[in-house]
Amino acid sequence: MSSTTSHHEGKARATARKSGRKKGPATAARGTRGGLPAPGHHLSLLRRMLAIRRFEERCVELYSGAKIRGFVHLCIGEEAVAVGVNQALRETDAVVSTYREHGHALARGVPADAVMAEMYGRATGCSRGRGGSMHLFDAARRFYGGNAIVAGGLPLAAGLALADRMRGSTRVTCCFFGDGAFAEGEFHETANLAALWQLPLLLVCENNLYAMGTSLAREHAQTNLAMRAASYGMPAWTVDGMDVLAVEAAALRATESVRAGNGPHFLEAQTYRFRAHSMYDPDRYRAKSEIEEWKGRDPLKGLAELMSSEGQLDDRVMEELDKEVLAEIDEAVRGAEEAPLEPVSDLLRFVTSEPGSTA
Amino acid sequence: MSTLKAPTGTSRPTTYREALREGLREALLQDERVFLMGEDVGRYGGCFGVSLGLLEEFGPDRIRDTPLSESGFVGAGIGAALGGMRPVVEIMTVNFSLLALDQILNNAATLLHMSGGQLSVPVVIRMTTGAGRQLGAQHSHSLEGWYAHIPGIRVLAPATVDDARHMLAAALADPDPVLIFEHGGLYNAEGSLDETVDAVDLDTAAVRRSGTDVAVITYGGSLPKALAAAETLAGEGISAEVVDLRTLRPLDDATLMACIARTHRAVIVDEAWRSGSLAAEISSRITEQAFYELDAPVQRVCSAEVPIPYARQLEEAALPQPATIVDAVRRTVS
Repeated sequence: MSSTTSHHEGKARATARKSGRKKGPATAARGTRGGLPAPGHHLSLLRRMLAIRRFEERCVELYSGAKIRGFVHLCIGEEAVAVGVNQALRETDAVVSTYREHGHALARGVPADAVMAEMYGRATGCSRGRGGSMHLFDAARRFYGGNAIVAGGLPLAAGLALADRMRGSTRVTCCFFGDGAFAEGEFHETANLAALWQLPLLLVCENNLYAMGTSLAREHAQTNLAMRAASYGMPAWTVDGMDVLAVEAAALRATESVRAGNGPHFLEAQTYRFRAHSMYDPDRYRAKSEIEEWKGRDPLKGLAELMSSEGQLDDRVMEELDKEVLAEIDEAVRGAEEAPLEPVSDLLRFVTSEPGSTA
Repeated sequence: MSTLKAPTGTSRPTTYREALREGLREALLQDERVFLMGEDVGRYGGCFGVSLGLLEEFGPDRIRDTPLSESGFVGAGIGAALGGMRPVVEIMTVNFSLLALDQILNNAATLLHMSGGQLSVPVVIRMTTGAGRQLGAQHSHSLEGWYAHIPGIRVLAPATVDDARHMLAAALADPDPVLIFEHGGLYNAEGSLDETVDAVDLDTAAVRRSGTDVAVITYGGSLPKALAAAETLAGEGISAEVVDLRTLRPLDDATLMACIARTHRAVIVDEAWRSGSLAAEISSRITEQAFYELDAPVQRVCSAEVPIPYARQLEEAALPQPATIVDAVRRTVS
């Protein structure tokens, strides 16, 4: 077994942020594209985070208007993790996600209209109306859900990585999960298997401090998650999950190492959801002041301020960006509204493979 | 409908265990995507000796010992299937499989539907089931009926050496998850492997003995008991047809109803508990589909509703036995 180094202290976090900030272009290339500067790296990150933010804000409206139903878990506040990590992944890599996966799906490149149509339960939805908000899938983009059993995606991700490992592929499987999953046996079984077999797996823990309504301190005897992950003999880093550049830098470093054959890596992104656990949650377990404090570290605001200070962004560009993103969401909603319903006569399809399918 | 062929010059004696191993070996030789993974499958040679020798032949990558973490390695098998491999995952007993039930039900059986047809899961999961070896409650239950409750998976129960030899290949050819339940009491059973058979059909039940007075419907470890009962009954002038379900999901209604149409009576033998059992499901289907063919109420011979006990006399009394099957048949034909 290779390196068992642990980088679970704040030092790595600072380094990651620093190198991340260095990495992006100092100034965005100038030019025009519909009133916007040509897409520089920072602007592209900002746009993708904004697209997730506005998509989910629209979900709130649509949920309140009873256009979409079910359990809807929003990642508002956590966009930097989805965007930063996906930035480090290649098209050929695999992503396994949780029930709070709109951001992961969108950042992975699953089209917003396919996600929105799924929320509407339409035939054009990315799971043909059988999954809904919690079960988004896109096989072509190697996006494997969409798992609503806490930690249930972890063994799957190990298996995807095992398949790559057995065939000598350099693909990476990235698995997102929350701090709640850390208490499940499946996390520990997966960490053990992955480290034992040196699987090409990137474990990304989105530590938003709450497992539904139970705070980290009330669910874990030891709240230093990276330290616990490191005990399995894998490199484990903690990163500021509100800083997209820091997340990107840490994820790049981790995926490069995974790709180089150094086995699984663990990345804890310290983040926060600004909204409740789900649309049903009255959010009684958190202090308003705590929420406000974290909102002060809004990842979109943070990147926008950095870009402004470097002369890459002004109010006019921000407005244009917002307009463009909102127009795309309008289009996704219109498409979903107009899309056909999956016919009830097809209810029993996809329980087993259609005739003619062979393994 | 397949029938049990009479021994011919083209058959050879083997055990259920050896037949399973031959099937595994053939699968590993024919498709490099196939690998075996489970507790003690490698160096130990398999808890029941099924994979003995395969590690030496195929190496530790393809005969992969796992830690004792059923949910983890079953889930990894499901993920590897998603990733293009053809894993055969062995769980020591059905009792232990409950630790992996989340992965089997919430992922393996569900992903195809939940993804709108995008993600098929060609995983094969083998495990031991059943009692009769004085192993106590936590190693002796028959829970395959619970799995047969779940849409999205196929559930197999090989009862003969031919099925033990060939069901794996058919399971691996299925694009969807397949669970194979091997009865622990059968591993040492000797049978005559028909060398003219090179494939089995997973969609049909098999009539293992023809008869005209009653259909005895069973599967897996209860098949030899049902055949023994039929032999006893023949001595009393009662002609019992013995049907081996082979596939517990989906059930082959057509073969079952054809048997009822011939015999007009049915006794179902199922080692699981009676309440909410596969036997209950089959009884209900007969009532729904062949009620007017029946000359007597459907009878069931199941295990006593107790956790399977250790002491030999208690265990024997808890399980279906040839004598209890004979009694049930007598009740139904009288």
